[in-house]
Amino acid sequence: MSTVRDNADDEDGAMLHPQLRAEHDPDAIIRDGRRLDHAEGRSKALRPQPPEPQPRGARVHGNRPVDQAEAAARFIASPEHEKMHDERLWDLRQKRDREMHGIPEWEELRSLASAIKEHTLTHLDEYLDEFEANARSNGVHVHWARDGAEHNQIVHAILRDHGATSLIKSKSMLTEECGFRPYMTSVGIEVIETDLGERIQQLDNEDPSHVVVPAVHKLRTDVAEVFSRTIRTDPSNSDVHYLAEAQREATRPLILKADAGMTGCNFAVAETGTFVVCTNEGNADLSANVPKLHIASIGIEKIIPRLEHLAVFVRLLSRSALGSPVTQYTSHFRGPRQGGEMHVVLVDNGRSERLGMEEFWTSLKCIRCGACMNTCPVYRRSGGLSYGATYSGPIGLIIDPTFNARKYSNLPFASTLNGSCSNVCPVKINIHEQIYAWRRVLVERHEVPLAKKAAMKAAGALLSRPAAYRTAIAAADMALAHLPRFVIYNGLNAWGKHREVPHPPKQTFHSWYKANRGAKQ
Amino acid sequence: MSSRDDILASIRANLPRVDRPLPYVPAFDDEPPASLLDAFKASLHRMGGMFLDPPAAGDILAPVREKIAGAKIVCSMVPEIRGNRDIAGIGAPRDLADVDFAIVRASFAVAETGSVLLSDADLRVNAVAYLAQHLIVLLDPADIVVNLHHAYRRPEFRDRRYACFHTGPSATADIEGVLIHGAQGVRSLSVLPMAGRRSAEK
Repeated sequence: MSTVRDNADDEDGAMLHPQLRAEHDPDAIIRDGRRLDHAEGRSKALRPQPPEPQPRGARVHGNRPVDQAEAAARFIASPEHEKMHDERLWDLRQKRDREMHGIPEWEELRSLASAIKEHTLTHLDEYLDEFEANARSNGVHVHWARDGAEHNQIVHAILRDHGATSLIKSKSMLTEECGFRPYMTSVGIEVIETDLGERIQQLDNEDPSHVVVPAVHKLRTDVAEVFSRTIRTDPSNSDVHYLAEAQREATRPLILKADAGMTGCNFAVAETGTFVVCTNEGNADLSANVPKLHIASIGIEKIIPRLEHLAVFVRLLSRSALGSPVTQYTSHFRGPRQGGEMHVVLVDNGRSERLGMEEFWTSLKCIRCGACMNTCPVYRRSGGLSYGATYSGPIGLIIDPTFNARKYSNLPFASTLNGSCSNVCPVKINIHEQIYAWRRVLVERHEVPLAKKAAMKAAGALLSRPAAYRTAIAAADMALAHLPRFVIYNGLNAWGKHREVPHPPKQTFHSWYKANRGAKQ
Repeated sequence: MSSRDDILASIRANLPRVDRPLPYVPAFDDEPPASLLDAFKASLHRMGGMFLDPPAAGDILAPVREKIAGAKIVCSMVPEIRGNRDIAGIGAPRDLADVDFAIVRASFAVAETGSVLLSDADLRVNAVAYLAQHLIVLLDPADIVVNLHHAYRRPEFRDRRYACFHTGPSATADIEGVLIHGAQGVRSLSVLPMAGRRSAEK
């Protein structure tokens, strides 16, 4: 029962519905600090609850380390969001499993994909050269950008040359990495995202939270709120079909009048100079085929040698990402269409440097399918925006520190190291091992907070001396059984913040073994 | 130094010193389905596409004619069906924004995925396949390959400037995973199996 007796606020001891006792009940008449109830009904009608507000992402302060755990705690404190997010992503993971079991050669494809990527990355200069030469001979303009700023300037210059002031684009994590939209806004160019999820995020002035499903952390009520503010939908209508249709109708005129189109790239084929874009909405094809001018941003690690290799990756990509055999659209751009113009910008932005990191260069194999995110228990429960970085989830933990080791120094700790990410990765990146390696590197570089470091150092010293470890364990078990809670759960024990310390056993394994089996040795 | 030279120099300085040979990619076609057309049809259905069963007798195009019967603007890129919007007279792609049905013949199809390949040669104006509200595709049953490994051996990827696998209609599940057809592109995609001229002449 939700009614209570003998409450201090309820002097006559009658049953009062908690909502009626609410301090700020707008229905109440308060006189001399007391609620008048001489004719007031104590009944309360059942009404729909207001939608749960969307938990926002990490609070980012310049270069200061992002506190992923703080943002994750706020996400978890929003049960409707957390539950939908967790279940939606786990569903994607299960659909991925179903697809995997439908293809007998699945594991062979993963091995091939990994081997092709590793071969290409170890010959990256040659394949980039080949891609460039072939793209040029197909009539494509090829540009090179060292970093995000140069990428943005190159694209801006192309647009300026064409007198273009509006740009429709499909989703591209690379352009997120480059801070492309804020830059374009600052120079007066209107950018319109055409992927539904990405458009929602753009209209809400929020980063994508997932590499494949950018608005997966939002409930339909959040989208209804965003759309009612921005494209004038009915704020009380959160029907998903209505919202999607309203967005289609609102975006179509912008697509038709745009001066230029932009896409990302999933794979770039060296032998033909072709770049390939995979979408479900057909929005990349609209962006590329409606305006005369098409610009594609391509990370240099997207290169693969030949068309025959493309088959391996296309078979793996959508099965790993969404659990569908293929995306609705797999578009191959080899050259400009009649009367059109095509530019590609090959972007480094830290990739060539990452290639030289012995423990981490294989993270460049990533094809951005998001499978590691969908399977990660930390990601599913904390939402992608809690990472405060372009890339979230397990792949983010190993890529983000290469951009800024200090700012993203907490991220490699947002993992249970269960290894599921590595198991589902279609290109076999040893993600969990790299997460672990990053922890070591960050400690060595003094990027880890003192309390965490001191605890790890003490643990390290203890674990390296078996006798000391045994004594400590016995003492800890004894202490845990008898110490009051405030001694065990305090600020110094970060581990105990959200967890209960396990019940101490009556006996350590070692002492049990000695007593029961020791004599047989 | 140019950015190009900078980037290539940085790559060369950082190349991992490990030997990684390029693997051989098999065609994975040991156990092809008994009927490529049936396999294609099943895959297409899974991806939200519609397979138009041709009538046992009479006009093979009857299912297409039925679909477009109430449509205002039909843009046909195939000689088998006459539309009322001439693709040859299109000045800019945006002039196709009011098309209700576009009809095109696919270069070929893939049984594994239920995809049809539409290229610039098939579409004439690429945008028609995305701006139209609905897309109808004629497919020669002789032009179905078993899987993507076979697909990428086809000449279209070497001699066309634009080629796109369409697998069902435009779709999204970006809001709470709810499936929507017609996110930005076509609301429906239907495929009618029908021999093309080349095949018929054989």
